[in-house]
Amino acid sequence: MSRTLIILKRELNAYFATPVAYVFIVIFLLLTGVFTFHIGELYERNQADLEPFFRFHPWLYMLLIPAISMRLWSEERKAGTLELLMTLPISLVEAVIGKFLAAWCFTAIALALTFPVWITINYLGDPDNTIIIAGYLGSLLLAGGCLAIGSFISALTKNQVIAFVISFVICFAFNLSGFPLVLDMFSSWAPQAIVDVISSFSFLTHFDSILKGVVDIRDIIFFGSLIAFFLYANVLAIEAKKGS
Amino acid sequence: MENLISVKGLHKHFGSLVAVDGIDLEVLRGEVLGFLGPNGAGKSTTMKMITGYLAPTSGSISVCGHDVASHPIAAKTCLGYLPEGAPAYGEMTPASFLNFVADIRGLTGRTKTDAIGKAVEQINLEGVMRQPIETLSKGFKRRVGLAQAILHDPEVLILDEPTDGLDPNQKHEVRSLITEMAAQKAIVISTHILEEVDAVCSRAVVIAKGRLLFSGTPGEFAGHSRYHNAVTLSVASDIGASVERTLDALSDVSSIESAALDGDVTRVTAIPKDNQSIVGAIHNCIRQHEWKVDELFVEPGRLDEVFRTLTTTAENTGEETRS
Repeated sequence: MSRTLIILKRELNAYFATPVAYVFIVIFLLLTGVFTFHIGELYERNQADLEPFFRFHPWLYMLLIPAISMRLWSEERKAGTLELLMTLPISLVEAVIGKFLAAWCFTAIALALTFPVWITINYLGDPDNTIIIAGYLGSLLLAGGCLAIGSFISALTKNQVIAFVISFVICFAFNLSGFPLVLDMFSSWAPQAIVDVISSFSFLTHFDSILKGVVDIRDIIFFGSLIAFFLYANVLAIEAKKGS
Repeated sequence: MENLISVKGLHKHFGSLVAVDGIDLEVLRGEVLGFLGPNGAGKSTTMKMITGYLAPTSGSISVCGHDVASHPIAAKTCLGYLPEGAPAYGEMTPASFLNFVADIRGLTGRTKTDAIGKAVEQINLEGVMRQPIETLSKGFKRRVGLAQAILHDPEVLILDEPTDGLDPNQKHEVRSLITEMAAQKAIVISTHILEEVDAVCSRAVVIAKGRLLFSGTPGEFAGHSRYHNAVTLSVASDIGASVERTLDALSDVSSIESAALDGDVTRVTAIPKDNQSIVGAIHNCIRQHEWKVDELFVEPGRLDEVFRTLTTTAENTGEETRS
């Protein structure tokens, strides 16, 4: 078994060893239910698709993903287990990827447990299931992006509350970066090119296009490179913070 | 004998703070090296660099012939490390924790089961294998950390305060374990307990302000004491004063200390000049004056006194250079 997988297994077990996993899953399912059926009005729309279900995921993840990622490295640093882990024959890259994948697997499990919504819509109507699969894929990529950010932030502080709040704010900014609220802050002084770049970082824009069933390679590359970038930053952050 | 740890010109700076300031060290197979020094002397930092956790600012370290900076995985494979405070994942049980460490260390199947079984037996962990580590007592937590460190029977063992927080029986067990393993390994332990040096170490090293102040056998360490070869005798208090005067007059005695004990007994300690043996001369005195002596012994030297002298001198000189 590769060392990344060993880390993955341990971390995933760690989620389920405490009530965190169960609380998270219950809250996640509860909130997706509320958003989908009450605010998204899945029934009232009379359309056989899961757009009202997926549409709120960026906002849910913004709040809930930092709760999963906040412990990834803060806890290790606070408890001193980072020193133990880093003196075992394992590279930092393996550890960072293993931990990230564990958190990602965990969100995948939570996401998979929303299957009753998918059964419901198939029972009620005749939806295009390829679009729904694309939606799940997009949602998973989005969760991965938020997790990579959260994991990086968690490496910067021993305090899980700080890790949570800062990750939340950054995910929020990424969600909103296509909106006037964020863009207006830049458009008054920054050149249009920069404003365009910032707007292109919007999670919502990339997520929306996948939701429509258009799995564009550029959207996948966007999330993929975002994850890679933040995990790399995560490695650098741990290297820099090890001694403190 | 084979040189398992080799440290050359080690420096570590944290910003403007110099934690380790030029340490050279070699540890051979079969040696148990005791790291002594006040808090903040750089003991833990040095250990963290040997184990590859922290990168040195300058200097080189090799463990089992592997350079820690260029071949970290190879070096980490042949060493076991108990970090300060014995950190472990609180939500895991010792069973799952040791299993995890064994997996990372690449042990599989029968080898893994045997390694875990052996470590658990050596450390006496059987009773708590299924309890979450966070619910264990301090002593058991420390033992879980030790079990983790010796799991793969490493050639090099680095233990940062292995007996801290243990009761006297547990301390004894850990020391016996270290002595048992010593012949096949190079072991480095850090400690605040000076008797530990005598009990388990074959060599003592004193560090203060990031510098190596002393390296030698526990006997040589004690030899630095001004009490080395001092003679202490207890006599009835009424002749105490005359005993003091007589001993002080001996040519090889530099000074006399005395303390009144309970029951009209005075304990007189004669400190020799240049640590030479004075027990013969004193014995002659006793016979000559026909003193009634309750106890008489030669001191090997007081470790805490040597420790204090070495480390406070270092601090004072440090302050002088700064001012």
